Amino acid sequence: MGGAEQAVARIGEEPDVVTGEDAPAARAPAGRASAGWKVLPIVEGLVLLIALVLPWVLQDYLTVFATRVVILALFALSFDLVWGYAGIMSFGQALFFGAAGYGVALMARDLNVTSILLILPAGMLIGLTASLLLGGFLLLGRYPSSVIFVSLGTLTGSYAADRLARGWYYLGGQNGIPSIPPLTLGSYEFEEGPVYYYMVLGILLVVYLLCRFLVRSQFGLALAGLRENEQRIAFFGYKAQHLKAIIFAVGGTIAGLAGSLYAFHEGFVWPNMLGVVFSTQVVLYVLFGGSGTLIGAVIGTVIIEGVSFWLSDNYRDVWPIILGVLLLLVIMFRPLGLVSFVLGERERVGSFGKGPNKKGPNKAPKPKETGNAAP
Amino acid sequence: MPLLEAQGISKVYGKLTALDGAALTVGENEFHGLIGPNGSGKSTLMKCVAGAEVPTTGKVAFVNTDITAFTPTERARAGMSLKFQITSVLPTLTLYDNILLALQAQSSLFDLVLSRTRNRLHDQVMTMLTQFRLADRAHDAAAALSHGQQQWLEIAMALAGKPRLLLLDEPTGGMSLEERRVTGELLQPIKQHCSLVIVEHDLDFIRDICDRLTVLDQGKVLASGTVAEIQANKSVQEIYLRRA
Repeated sequence: MGGAEQAVARIGEEPDVVTGEDAPAARAPAGRASAGWKVLPIVEGLVLLIALVLPWVLQDYLTVFATRVVILALFALSFDLVWGYAGIMSFGQALFFGAAGYGVALMARDLNVTSILLILPAGMLIGLTASLLLGGFLLLGRYPSSVIFVSLGTLTGSYAADRLARGWYYLGGQNGIPSIPPLTLGSYEFEEGPVYYYMVLGILLVVYLLCRFLVRSQFGLALAGLRENEQRIAFFGYKAQHLKAIIFAVGGTIAGLAGSLYAFHEGFVWPNMLGVVFSTQVVLYVLFGGSGTLIGAVIGTVIIEGVSFWLSDNYRDVWPIILGVLLLLVIMFRPLGLVSFVLGERERVGSFGKGPNKKGPNKAPKPKETGNAAP
Repeated sequence: MPLLEAQGISKVYGKLTALDGAALTVGENEFHGLIGPNGSGKSTLMKCVAGAEVPTTGKVAFVNTDITAFTPTERARAGMSLKFQITSVLPTLTLYDNILLALQAQSSLFDLVLSRTRNRLHDQVMTMLTQFRLADRAHDAAAALSHGQQQWLEIAMALAGKPRLLLLDEPTGGMSLEERRVTGELLQPIKQHCSLVIVEHDLDFIRDICDRLTVLDQGKVLASGTVAEIQANKSVQEIYLRRA
């Protein structure tokens, strides 16, 4: 806490003359919000605009690729909620993604269920159940669980599921479950291409808006407290472990939704979907784009997947190295991710429980004569 | 019946005995100072009362309930509040949101998700900020405050939940003389509804605001009584006051 330490050096000055302008703010312009207050909606609008026109300018096979990226962005959103907002280091987010993928693949294979109206709720339910079970075990102790316990616990869960799927004949072993039929709505079949693309884009948009509503609510304020100082908010009387388990379950549900869309889009599921590979990939998307911003998760996914796609086409042999270096550079020099180039700290943290501009930052209410009246 | 009664509190860390049968009794609306030389166990006793540490032996009763095994959350909900020794305001949040965070701690999940208590709590937030002379900084980030102001903000946060007992661990640490004086002024009004346990090195400050004192030495209670009694106590003078 640079601010506090540096402020110690100021002792002796009249407290009333210390103002935000010369007091050192930690990291970013933390003082009164001014210009740049509305960068976030612009970024979000731009991303949406680009996403909307993509199928019109891309060739068909690229639209298929873009669809996959949109689904992965949905997956990344689930991790950003869990890590970026609640500070839960989940290294096993793919467990929920993959479990839902496998679950709906089995529904299609063994029960001939392909209706979107059943598949998507089922995927969400699988993600929710799995994350409630794992989250309940890892997070709901009487005392807060350590970060190591949670990160290793989620990692182990994901790894174990991967091994289990590889060794289980019913789940297709190493090969997974191939030839999943298309998703249907009545007699209509969702084939790869623009229709599937707009369908998942619509879902991403709805989920994004719901997440945004959640993190900007008073619940989001509680999450901010949880992320920054879990012990402190427990002393206020928050049930910190419950908050964590809830947001973990919300994240699991979204991951399940993404997993079921992914399974039907690709037409097959395989053990990697459950395992460490996908789990770490989603961590990278979010760290690269900027955690705790929602839009950062989307941007990170698009850029990493886009660059990977392009590099693997043009520099087949060295692309993993280039990608790795790129990721390292961002994480080292831009720990708040790419989004932090345009998004100030104040706006990233934002405000809670109201529209951002209902009350101007300078409209401090008149000091009331409270005397010693207790609140 | 006292508000807080801690008896026979021992805390052993490996070979180190930090507390050895210490006791602390605090009545309603009483400002109680906890003093003693460095390493006498003041902060450990405070932590055992607050729930940050579990005592090895002993019992803590609060409002006639045995809370020895309560978690910090349960203690907070029972009406106890704590200001940490190290300032732990949330630096990236505004002052307003820091206070709101403390105030909404017991809102239901449903209300939090739908942001239904914010309007109702607004006046309380502003009252707290005004009371602690921070209202004009309401929408600045807490990191931009001076150290003393951060301490005030934190006291305001600790008081937000209307506790019956507030534990303050070195509230004036690192403050200027003027800031200390103001801190004393800010604390006076809360006596009407809240008791205070305060660990503090500044004996003048303690003398000014406390009703009763407990003196710890090497993990044991050396003396406990009114400020005048303690000041007259020979053994206390020997181990502590003379040195200070």
